[in-house]
Amino acid sequence: MRPLRTYHDLTEADRSGLPEQIGAQRRRVAERLAGVRRVIAVMSGKGGVGKSYVTAHLARALARAGRAAGVLDADLNGPTIPRLLEVPHAPRTTHDDTVEPAVGADGVKCISMDLLLADGQPLAFKGPTAESFVWRGAMEASALREFLGDVAWGTLDVLLLDLPPGMQRYLELCDILAGPPAALTVTIPTPESRDAVRRAMRAALERGSPLLGIVENMVGQQFAGTAGDDLAGEFAVPVLARIPWHPTPDTWSALGARL
Amino acid sequence: MKFLCVDCDRQMAFAERHLPGDGTLAATFKCPACGRTVALLTNPMETQLVSSLGVEIGGRTVPAQPLETVRKMVATGRDDAFAEGDEPRGHAPGSTGALSWSSDAQERLARVPNFVRGMVKKIYADYARERGIAEITPAVMDTARGELGLEGM
Repeated sequence: MRPLRTYHDLTEADRSGLPEQIGAQRRRVAERLAGVRRVIAVMSGKGGVGKSYVTAHLARALARAGRAAGVLDADLNGPTIPRLLEVPHAPRTTHDDTVEPAVGADGVKCISMDLLLADGQPLAFKGPTAESFVWRGAMEASALREFLGDVAWGTLDVLLLDLPPGMQRYLELCDILAGPPAALTVTIPTPESRDAVRRAMRAALERGSPLLGIVENMVGQQFAGTAGDDLAGEFAVPVLARIPWHPTPDTWSALGARL
Repeated sequence: MKFLCVDCDRQMAFAERHLPGDGTLAATFKCPACGRTVALLTNPMETQLVSSLGVEIGGRTVPAQPLETVRKMVATGRDDAFAEGDEPRGHAPGSTGALSWSSDAQERLARVPNFVRGMVKKIYADYARERGIAEITPAVMDTARGELGLEGM
C-alpha cells in the first residue's frame, strides 16, 4: 500500500477556501487601518490599575492637542470607554462594508461593546453552552478583528487599544494585526503590580512589540512602591508619566506630548 | 480540514453544506475520480467553533458584512444598536434600483431580531438587486436562503 498523503500534500483548490477567507479578513483589517499612523496597545497584565482611565484621558489630551485620536475598547466583557469618553448611546450607522465609530469628548472616535449591548446585559453569544470555553475565545477574537477591520476609522494619528487585564487579548491582536502593536504599559506603584506587569512586558517584548514606556498610575496616598522606576530600569524604557490621584488636564497633556 | 479518497489517492472536493437548524452541520465531499461521497458531520460545539472564526465551510456566498460575527452571534445586543446608512453603491446590471417589500416579506423581516435585522435586510436586498427582482416576497426570501446558504437568518 502506498503511503497515505498528509494535509500539506493535498494542494488542490478547495471551494471552501478557508485559508483564503482568513487572508481576506487580515487584508480587511490592514486596509481599514491604512490611514492610522500609530496603533498603541494600552496594557498591563494586571487588573485595576486604571488602563481604561489612562487610555480615555490620554486620547482626549491628544485630541485637544490637535491629533486625530481613536480608542478601540478591547475589553469586550467589561467595557467602560464610552462612559469615560462621554459617548451618548446612539445607533451605529452601517454602510456597505463599514460601521461608523462613535465620537466622544474632544472628538475622540471610539468603538466599544458597550455601545452594542443591551443595558446591564453581559456579553453573551448564541450557541451551545456546554464546553463554550472551546469557542468563546475565538468568538471574542473575531469581535476584536471586526472592531479593527469593519469600523470606519478614517485617518487617525493614534488608535489606542484599551486591553483588558491578562495577555489573551494582546496575543489575539498580534495575530490579527500585521505585526505586534506598540505597547504602553500601565502600572500602579505597588510591588504586586510590578510583578504582574513585568510578565506582561516580557511577553510583549518576546512577541516583538516596541515598548513605549510606563505610566505609573494612582501615585501617592495608599499605594506605596517603586514599580514604575523598577520596570523602567529593567526594560530600559522611560516612565512617561506619574499620574496622581487627582490629575489635571496638564497631567494628560504632558503624557500626550511624550508619545 | 481536507479529505482524501484513499483508494484513488485524490483530494475530495466540497460538494454541499447543510445546516439542519439544530446547531449541527453536514458537509459532503466527493471524490473527483470515483465519485465516492462522504459526509462531515459536526456537533453543535464544533459547528460553533467554525462560526466563531468568521469563516464558512463551502465558501462565502455573500460579501462579508460589517461586524458580521458580532451581529449574528451576540445574544444580548441592544435593539437600537445599528441604523442603516446609505443605499448600496451602484446596482447590478438588470436592476431597476427601486426595490419594494411585500407586506408578508415585511412581516417576516420584522420577526428577525433588531440587532441583526439591518444586515439580513441588506443581504436580501443585494440578492434581489443583483437579479433584477423588483419586489421581495417570502418566496424570494426562501430562494435566497437556499441559494446563499442563509440558514438561521
